[in-house]
This record gives sequence, C-alpha cells and structure tokens, in this order.
Amino acid sequence: MNVLLNGEPHTLSGSRTLQALIDELGLAGKRLAVEVNEDIVPRSQHHDYRLQDGDRIEIVHAIGGG
Amino acid sequence: MTEQNQTQLPQDKPLEIAGRVYQSGLLVGTGKYRDLAETAEAIEASGAEIVTVAVRRTNIGQNTDEPNLLDVISPDRYTILPNTAGCMNAKDAVRTCKLARELLDGHDLVKLEILGEDKTLYPNMPETLVAAEELVKDGFQVMVYCSDDPLLARRLEEIGCIAIMPLGAPIGSGLGIQNRYSIRQIIENANVPVLVDAGVGTASDATIAMELGCDGVLMNTAIAQARDPIRMARAMKLAIEAGRHAHLAGRMPRRAYASASSPIDGTFF
Repeated sequence: MNVLLNGEPHTLSGSRTLQALIDELGLAGKRLAVEVNEDIVPRSQHHDYRLQDGDRIEIVHAIGGG
Repeated sequence: MTEQNQTQLPQDKPLEIAGRVYQSGLLVGTGKYRDLAETAEAIEASGAEIVTVAVRRTNIGQNTDEPNLLDVISPDRYTILPNTAGCMNAKDAVRTCKLARELLDGHDLVKLEILGEDKTLYPNMPETLVAAEELVKDGFQVMVYCSDDPLLARRLEEIGCIAIMPLGAPIGSGLGIQNRYSIRQIIENANVPVLVDAGVGTASDATIAMELGCDGVLMNTAIAQARDPIRMARAMKLAIEAGRHAHLAGRMPRRAYASASSPIDGTFF
C-alpha cells in the first residue's frame, strides 16, 4: 500500500491504522498533529483510523519560529 | 544589576489576551537561536509569558530522540502562540491553525500571519481578511499580523480578532518603528490590544513602540540574532517596562528652543 507521507512516497506493508504508522516511525508519545487528505485526524481516533492506499498524510510538530 | 525599587507606583492595567492576564508586554519568538538551550535561556531572561512557535513537518526517520521545542518551552508554563508563518494564502493559514489546535490539545489562540512576497515579507491583507473571518467563525482566538493601515486594522477588529499586530518595519529587518503615525492611529481606534509585531532591532525600538501606547511588542530576531541573546532578552524586558512607564507618565511637550532647568531668580552674578 502506497501513501504520501509528509510529501514523500512511503510504502506500508499491508493495512495499517494511523497509530501503527506513528509507532513504526518511532513517533509514539510525541507531541504531534496529523492530517490525512487535508483533514485533521484527532489524537483520540489514531488507534481506529485505517489508512487507505493513496492517502496523503501530514505529521507536524512545533518548531522555533517568530 | 538588580532593581532596588522602593517607590510604589499606581497599579497599571495588565495586558489581557483571550481572557488571560499577563504581567509582561513582551512576546517572543523561538526561531533563529543556536539551539534549544539558548532558546530556553533567552526566553527566561526576557520575562515573556507568551511565546510563538511555528508548525512544520516532523522529520521522518531522523533522530526521533531529539528534544522537542515544547519539551523545553512547556505549554504548562508559557502561553504557546502558534503562528502561520510561511503561509501565502488563507487556505494554508487556516489549515496550519487547525493543525496547531490539534497539536496543542484544543488550545485556540493563534497568530495569523499571511505573507505577500519574499522580499519584504509584507502581510497579504486580502488573504489575511479572508482567513481571519474563517478562523473566528471556527472559534479561534486570532492575534493578527497586519499592515499598518488604520482602516484595515479596524476591519480586523470588527471581524473579531482579539489583538491587532501591525508591523513596525519588515520582519527580521531590525529597522525600528518606521511608522509611528500609523501605529498611533491604530491604537487610537482600537478596543483590543495593539502590539507591534516585527521591525524591532534594539531595546530603544521596543521602548518607542510602548511609548506610542502599544500594549505589547512581539519580537524574535532582535533577541535571537544579538551577539548576546540572553542579555538582549533582558534589555528588551526592561525596554518594554521603561516604554510603558513613559507612556503612562506622559512626556513633556516638545519645544523649539531651550528652557533653563535652573531658575534665573536668585542668581548673584
């Protein structure tokens, strides 16, 4: 299954929940926010949210800025 | 240098933003520092209580153990003000604000900043008005970076923005307050806090903004790019306080010619 993760092509072996992807990326427990196809997926739904082929996923965090 | 201030002055009206009261009129950014340790130390020295951050993609597959900005600048201690820096249109800015709200567990205070071009980083006002309207409708508390046009500032207030933040000079230019007259006009019209956002280069610039009657100043580069950011952060804290006191005190009138400070009466020569 192929998705676009933060603008880059990313291959997932089989069906995944959003939380499984976050765990796989080593980002579990980090303060972040996720959008799939330009819609926010609230943290409370990460465990149940099933990713689809072709999904555009954005995972963001806070960095220094003015 | 510790302040030994015995004189009791009448209580000043503190800065109130989105229902919260702040002692400091200094708001600071977290960009352009050497590292997170320097960021934290400078912000501590500045006495700022509201701190801006940017929202960006997480680095995938790199250093997931790296400390996060919000581990150092804790939302428990500071009011985090996520910005929409880098956005050139309303759509991207609204998207960024929604991500920020999710990131900060429903915290709905944002700094709306939509830029028009790279050279001046001047605000794109048509897009800013569109985004402000949409964000206010969606329940955001919008502090808005804007041009220094008094009529547009009034429009932003009518839309429901909770703070008006005109530039004093282009972002990162350090040119100081180039538009005192316009800033004054905006302050006179406004019923919400007015903060100069961008343009300050050194402490006296911050003081000038406060002397004009601004409720606060938002800055980043002036502190982060000083030779000694920690000391400049302290200078800014004092500059903001000095300017506020001077504004409340009311300056003497300007005169074209001299007026002796010592009396002529009683001279013996």
